[in-house]
Amino acid sequence: MSDSTNNRPGNDNRSLTRKLLLLAAAMFGFGYLLVPLYDVFCEITGFGGRTNSVAEISREDPDFSRSIRVEFVTTVNEYAPWEFVADRDSMEVTPGKMYYATFTARNLTEDKKVAQAVPSVAPISASGHFKKIECFCFTNQEFQANEERAMPLQFIVDPDLPEFVDTITLQYTFYDTVRVSANDGS
Amino acid sequence: MIRKSLLSLLGTLWAGAASADWALNMPRGVTELSAETYDLHMMVFWWCVWIGVVVFGVMIISLVKHRKSRGVEPATFSHSTTAEVVWTIIPVVILLVMAVPAAETMIRLEDSRNPDISVVVTGYQWKWHYRYQDEDIAFYSSLDRPSVEARPKNSGIDPFDVENFLLEVDRPLVVPKGAKVRLLITSNDVVHSWWVPDLAIKKDAVPGIINETWFRAEQTGTFRGQCTELCGKDHGYMPIVVEVVEPDAYIAWVETHQQTGERVATSQ
Amino acid sequence: MTTAVAEAQDAHDEHHGPDKGIRRWLFTTNHKDIGTLYLVFSLIMFFIGGAMALVIRTELMQPGLQFVHPEFFNSMTTMHALIMVFGAVMPAFVGLANWMIPMMIGAPDMALPRMNNWSFWILPVAFGILLSTLFMEGGAPAAGWTMYPPLVLQTGDAFPFLIFSVHLMGISSIMGAINIIVTILNMRAPDMWLLKMPIFVWCWLITAYLLIAVMPVLAGAVTMLLTDQFFGTSFFLAAGGGDPVMFQHIFWFFGHPEVYIMILPAFGVVSEIIPTFSRKPLFGHDSMVYAASSIAFLSFIVWAHHMFTVGMPLSGQMFFMFATMLIAVPTGVKVFNWVATMWRGSMTFETPMLFALAFVFLFTIGGFSGLMLAIAPADIQYHDTYFVVAHFHYVLVPGSIFAVMAGAYYWLPKWTGHMYNESLGKLHFWLSTIFVNVTFFPMHFLGLAGMPRRIPDYSTQFADFNMIASIGALGFGFSQLIFVWVLLTAKKGAKATDRVWEAPKGLEWTVPSPAPYHTFDTPPKARIAQEAFE
Ligand code: HEM
Ligand SMILES: [Cu+2]
Ligand SMILES: [Cu+2]
Repeated sequence: MSDSTNNRPGNDNRSLTRKLLLLAAAMFGFGYLLVPLYDVFCEITGFGGRTNSVAEISREDPDFSRSIRVEFVTTVNEYAPWEFVADRDSMEVTPGKMYYATFTARNLTEDKKVAQAVPSVAPISASGHFKKIECFCFTNQEFQANEERAMPLQFIVDPDLPEFVDTITLQYTFYDTVRVSANDGS
Repeated sequence: MIRKSLLSLLGTLWAGAASADWALNMPRGVTELSAETYDLHMMVFWWCVWIGVVVFGVMIISLVKHRKSRGVEPATFSHSTTAEVVWTIIPVVILLVMAVPAAETMIRLEDSRNPDISVVVTGYQWKWHYRYQDEDIAFYSSLDRPSVEARPKNSGIDPFDVENFLLEVDRPLVVPKGAKVRLLITSNDVVHSWWVPDLAIKKDAVPGIINETWFRAEQTGTFRGQCTELCGKDHGYMPIVVEVVEPDAYIAWVETHQQTGERVATSQ
Repeated sequence: MTTAVAEAQDAHDEHHGPDKGIRRWLFTTNHKDIGTLYLVFSLIMFFIGGAMALVIRTELMQPGLQFVHPEFFNSMTTMHALIMVFGAVMPAFVGLANWMIPMMIGAPDMALPRMNNWSFWILPVAFGILLSTLFMEGGAPAAGWTMYPPLVLQTGDAFPFLIFSVHLMGISSIMGAINIIVTILNMRAPDMWLLKMPIFVWCWLITAYLLIAVMPVLAGAVTMLLTDQFFGTSFFLAAGGGDPVMFQHIFWFFGHPEVYIMILPAFGVVSEIIPTFSRKPLFGHDSMVYAASSIAFLSFIVWAHHMFTVGMPLSGQMFFMFATMLIAVPTGVKVFNWVATMWRGSMTFETPMLFALAFVFLFTIGGFSGLMLAIAPADIQYHDTYFVVAHFHYVLVPGSIFAVMAGAYYWLPKWTGHMYNESLGKLHFWLSTIFVNVTFFPMHFLGLAGMPRRIPDYSTQFADFNMIASIGALGFGFSQLIFVWVLLTAKKGAKATDRVWEAPKGLEWTVPSPAPYHTFDTPPKARIAQEAFE
């Protein structure tokens, strides 16, 4: 509609429309911005059982007054062709001390396979306090046909782990990366 | 006229209450927290009822008395700051009264310290898998045969002839009475959700994520639930059965299952 | 240059009546024509979505599968929700906005008439695409209207069409919303100040901002699904560093404001009708505006109340519980204001008033169950059960849909110039009200007794209430045919006066009935605009 006849003085339809379109575009961008925001938020709060996905530098500063049980759970997603276990089901750890654990995986196929391990920690209030110094989950893991391999994890449980946590569960889920990237819905 | 629609509501309620074994309400459940949850539910429910009685009461009086057919002249008032402040403040106070016990229960729900047993629960399209962390026991738990046979379209089997139709599994989760059972819940494929109303536990099983929750059953018995997150075509066919037994019976169960090697192959 | 010419032509067209035949509807830029198109479209979608609901309820009438397979059942629940939300409720309110907002604020038309034509005609395309997925390999989308990954990524050939149709719906809504905002802000009669605008206009202004704020977020979320599926991104795929739960957060960041998008215009309609038939001004006009604004604001910070079972830190649960409970306060203010409007009025009970009254009663019941759902520990029991189904149907059917019905009956004489058949209107009202309760009230019990939502079959202990609900649904569905009959015979009734009702307020009642093709070519005189509100 023509701006002149019926508009309130000083109000220009075109510029308001442009501003609103801009707002819509900005909100579309905001939707995408939520992705990194969510990541930051998760790293800070441990929302969604997130733990660090890149190596963390952490000094040893043991607190011998506490002992925490760390349990390992291993899962293979969508029946991916691996056997994947923790060498020990659990261990008692002192917060602030460095520990090692190993996991073993075996490719059950005759083909080369690439896996990605996805870590998750429960309870949520502990996930920000479980620091992985070295982890096979930081990168893809390549397996030759039938290859079996031990994979190391090096971690520290943060001494400021909340009082009300006495057990931490660390889960790794093994994903077949080929399946993920070649996922075409069929 | 509104009274009539209320009558229709009451009719439904009454019909429900009249036939004895129809469950109308949330179960009180068999854990301390399920009872607390039930109490919270009832508290909020009664608050709603009383607020409803007042609001609908005033409205009904108005509908009866302030009609044109009775020759009333309309008043002309169009606001009253006092009234508006009052009916903003009162709800805030009521909400605070509700929020406090709710927050307390929530804090207790999150306290998963000192578990006696840990079970890893994995959702699959469309069954559950249980692995007892400290025993050498792991198995799938799927819809039981009689239900499987009765469920297809035009199966010719009347669901009323099947005991616990769609709520029975081949192998239930067995736990001892009085033990604090910690569940570590995850998924193999899509999102599922593990729910047993009598335990007042519902937690999503998300692929790649481990979720934690817990319960301590105070009573023996068989408690049934279902998957509550849409997970594909057989979402309605992956029930959950938890059998709570006396501690001795549990120890015996663990032994037989370890001996008979009923460690059903898992993906691990 | 060309736009200037086109605009000159628009202006030129104005002085004629409508085009003849199909061209009138395809190329119209007239707000009344476009309003009619939206309303008719939404009615058609209401019946298509309703037919799907009846498929669902017929299957659920008894335990055991009688009519459909589980896959198709899931497609039905998914398509029903998408069609009702984006095809029936939202377009119905946009239709009312198109018809009424220019007349209520004394504007000659919408501010952007050609965009208006586009925003409507995108919709039939969007829903044509969505409905065509019913015939595709792998079936129609079946992952729920919430489209959670990874499940939604298992959709067959329909998947990209689902995404594309959601994009189109979003574009249509955003364009409609922009148009409404520009119209309201720029084209009000000169002496109508913002705060004194009719409450329907106010509610729509707020809704339009909500739409612009959240529809793009939904578009972003489904685009991420699309690229995850086809272009190797991993927004929601854990293996590539993504997180399926993040989708839920983004979806509900859109989703909760979306439910208010579906109810704020309804608040507006009801707030217009109750004063008319109470013969008394709306109680607390300004506080209604503030309440609607605070609801809109709060709706951005409560989304995770849909996710209490997903695994959140305690502090997160607390925050979302308190924020959600807080929404009950402004919602309560609205209800109290309606009751206060009726208080010491001089009421009559024509069909629009009946629907508005049922709205107040039954929406409030939905608000109560909403309050119960807000209590996080209790929500753990309610979540994803029929209790939630009961809640949102109470706020959406006797809530949003009844408000649309009320508005349609209220303004129909202004649109057609004739009174509709009052006895049929009342019959329609009574059958709808009775059946809506028969359908949805028992669902509260089903949910509490343990029946999950979105299941095609259930244990025998749930049989009785399901039977009742199904009977109610069939009754409700067929009662709506009365409404169609009322519309088809709408021009047979007595001639309507310009004011139509005894004491309505607002500029729309100062123009003749039926409203001429062009109204307020020159802004209404100050005095008239003023008086319409005092
Ligand atoms: C007093 C105000 C309200 C409160 C406190 C409230 C609260 C809630 C909560 C907590 C849920 C999540 C339940 C669950 O999944 O466990 C929910 C679901 C829902 N609400 Fe409300 N609600 C309110 C009003 C409304 C209104 C006005 C509408 C729409 C007109 C609405 C539509 C819905 C819908 C559609 C869902 C279900 C979405 C889905 O899971 O598919 N609610 N509500
Ligand atoms: Cu499921
Ligand atoms: Cu919500």
